[in-house]
Amino acid sequence: MKRIGIDVGGTNTDLVLLEGNEVVQSFKTITTSDVTSGIRNTLLEIVRSAKSDLGEIDAVMIGTTHFVNAIVQRQNLNRVGALRICLPSCGSLPPFVDWPKDLVEQVAGEVCLVAGGHEYDGRELVPLDEKAIETAALAMRSKGIRSMAISAVFSPLTSEHEERAAKIMRDVHPELQITLSSTLGRIGLLERENAALLNAALVDLADQTFSAFKNALDEFELSAPLFITQNDGTVVSVERAKDYPILCLASGPTNSMRGAASLSGLSDAIVCDIGGTTTDVGSLRGGFPRQANNVVEVGGVRTLFRMPDLLSIGLGGGTTVKENPFTLGPQSVGYKLRQKALVFGGDTLTLTDVAVASGWIKLGKATFVKNLSSRFLDSVKTEIFKRLYETIDSIKIDATPLPLIVVGGGSMLAPETMGGISEVVHVQHNEVANAVGAAIAQVSGEIDRIYRDLSRQDAIALAEKEARAKAVSAGADNESLIIVELEDLPLAYLPGNALRIRMRLVGDIKQNQAEA
Amino acid sequence: MTSVKQSSEWITGQKLEIRDIEALAIGTWILGTGGGGNPYHSLLNMRELYKSGHRVNLIQPEELDDEALVGVLSNMGAPLVGEERLADPQFAMKPVLMMEKYLGRPFEALMALEIGGGNGLQPFLVASLTGQPVVDADQMGRAYPEAQMTSVAVNNLRCYPLTLADIRDNETIIPKAESWRWMERISRKVCTEMGSIASTCKAPRTGREVKDFCILHTVSKAISIGNAVLDARAQNASPIQAILDMTGGKRLFKGKVVDVNRRTTEGFLRGSTRIMGLDENADDEFLLHFQNEFSLGLKNDKPEVMTPDLICVVDSLSGEGIGTDVIRYGQRVDVLALPAPEVFLTPAGLDAVGPRAFGFDCDYKSVFLKE
Repeated sequence: MKRIGIDVGGTNTDLVLLEGNEVVQSFKTITTSDVTSGIRNTLLEIVRSAKSDLGEIDAVMIGTTHFVNAIVQRQNLNRVGALRICLPSCGSLPPFVDWPKDLVEQVAGEVCLVAGGHEYDGRELVPLDEKAIETAALAMRSKGIRSMAISAVFSPLTSEHEERAAKIMRDVHPELQITLSSTLGRIGLLERENAALLNAALVDLADQTFSAFKNALDEFELSAPLFITQNDGTVVSVERAKDYPILCLASGPTNSMRGAASLSGLSDAIVCDIGGTTTDVGSLRGGFPRQANNVVEVGGVRTLFRMPDLLSIGLGGGTTVKENPFTLGPQSVGYKLRQKALVFGGDTLTLTDVAVASGWIKLGKATFVKNLSSRFLDSVKTEIFKRLYETIDSIKIDATPLPLIVVGGGSMLAPETMGGISEVVHVQHNEVANAVGAAIAQVSGEIDRIYRDLSRQDAIALAEKEARAKAVSAGADNESLIIVELEDLPLAYLPGNALRIRMRLVGDIKQNQAEA
Repeated sequence: MTSVKQSSEWITGQKLEIRDIEALAIGTWILGTGGGGNPYHSLLNMRELYKSGHRVNLIQPEELDDEALVGVLSNMGAPLVGEERLADPQFAMKPVLMMEKYLGRPFEALMALEIGGGNGLQPFLVASLTGQPVVDADQMGRAYPEAQMTSVAVNNLRCYPLTLADIRDNETIIPKAESWRWMERISRKVCTEMGSIASTCKAPRTGREVKDFCILHTVSKAISIGNAVLDARAQNASPIQAILDMTGGKRLFKGKVVDVNRRTTEGFLRGSTRIMGLDENADDEFLLHFQNEFSLGLKNDKPEVMTPDLICVVDSLSGEGIGTDVIRYGQRVDVLALPAPEVFLTPAGLDAVGPRAFGFDCDYKSVFLKE
């Protein structure tokens, strides 16, 4: 099975071609402002190398940090409407409360609160106010709102009110793109609603971006199915990804972790991705990144949805160092490393210079840094190791020693031994770990709904059948599917022995029919 | 803080600015000793109220007339439900209006049942709307899990009447209960039916009772702690030292969380957490037990600190309080002890909130008596 994995990062676009799990070819180019020229350039390199036939490719997986950059830089975001089903509760803290002011000004559109929602045990809080929803829909339409989020109290338990509201909204305003907070999960009304609002702000950008990706592939007559990688290390079709761009937000770090796992052959480890400006540290379990259980801030907005548990510190190859008084970061020369760093003839002392002077790596002209004293180099080294250790140690959930996989352009900064770490592992092709992680991403099928009038066993069996069908229709090989999450919750106040089941299956992408 | 005269029927007191409220939220979370619920939603509400021009005045208990009527406020329910059913000043105000109607007279002032955690801000939500002042006092000086663990229960004051309201038009008055424990059982049942969240107005107190039997100046204390933390952060000084200087507290341990055990039993979050020492505690280990709040701490297997001393676990860098529901492996923490209110050091006080009340077979020994 041959797959292409592409990572479209803020600075570089990386591409790998895998046969099985082996890296056959890899390329790296600069990401352009139109996001897709990098893809074109790397595909062109494959064609030029004449080593591989694009017609034999089974699947193309693309991961991108484009959406998180859009939120952080406040660019290309939709103005979104908010409908919250909550009254008579929660009226004092409306949607967009506690958002950064500049983001509110750009994103916040019509806000409507209506009566409805549920209790923690599945009872209705109050009946859904359908009349008020119609009024809200008319208001959204007249204000020219094209994308919106709907949230409801306790909708992760039962999404009934959100779904009924969406139907009414669409009847009145058919062009409206709607994100339901229940599809993004998790108890915590404000944080779940925030995730839905951010998603709604991204849907037009997602549509443009993914269409552009598809066009780039079409130009090369690459007919293999295109998948988009998500935060949890699985992929979805372009059509689904267009509806849920927020689920792709952290696919950069996720792919880097999954790629590191595949390249090292380890499935339980800590992964440390040392880049030019920052170091991301995460934890792999069974080959997948551990999910965050806490609030994750995105562009200054508190959110709670499926995201990898990550810790980031301002430490990388471009991090600036000052001798007197001694400071290390958080400033970084970033992508200007090759102009600014001393070893490249620049005027800024960076950690790359320290690495060269210490003999950890050969790069640029070592004579430019020969004046750095060994005492100074030792104190920098001590500080780097201390910061890495504290971050790596904090991501662990118990004291059991685990292997540490180091990837990224700044990986020479990592020490060779560390407390709480069984071994430090460097891997081949680590500079394209992201693209490898994208290429090996699997397909999932998820079900989350309430079953009635069934025994627990029958309900779980039915849920598995439905989740399996979803995964297969998303492109999974039925044989390879395994259950990775199962949660069932009896809803005592609903009639008919109601049981809410949440199940997720993950499996490999089905091989090209012609080949199999 | 400035004192501003106001032409209302209430005693004036000190008008609090938003910076005081921000500091209050930090302080109540630290005084929550791991429980009481994160005050985040209440703080958001206060910011909204202050933005629209509302202000709260804080009065000293000594300013109250003996006959003055004081409303005692708290929110009741499961913290998880509070994540969906967000704190709301209108909702918090309902049982207060019910109680005033039931008693046939308005409250001269409001106060918190417990200063620790989100409940410490409950009277401020209501006072913002009604204009009544908040009394600089509470009945726990921290957070505790049960209704009989208050200074007024220890002093055998009347436990009734009590009003509860939910967001719909459901209102409950419990005109009488035999004991604080009965009041807890009955009101807990009603609260569950209301969706496991209810705002309540507890047995009202007279000005005399507040002065004689409540824990005084705890609001100012929380604000001072919060201000000390904010100032220390702004000056790159140690927020922890600032907390200790402000409270006369003691640092017991500095370390890293290496293990957390949590289980929910009988409606409480119970468990323990193990901390490995760092720096001056490098060779030591600390074990902390909790039931919603931290209740007992052992250093190298020997009891070191126990309730009613306040056991506060804070982030070593920011000085931010850390709840028993969110503490996790790898966190760098400092364990602090703050002195307990005197009322809990009496035999009756120790019966109610001493180590035995939390199932530990040891006698109370304060960390502040050693030297």
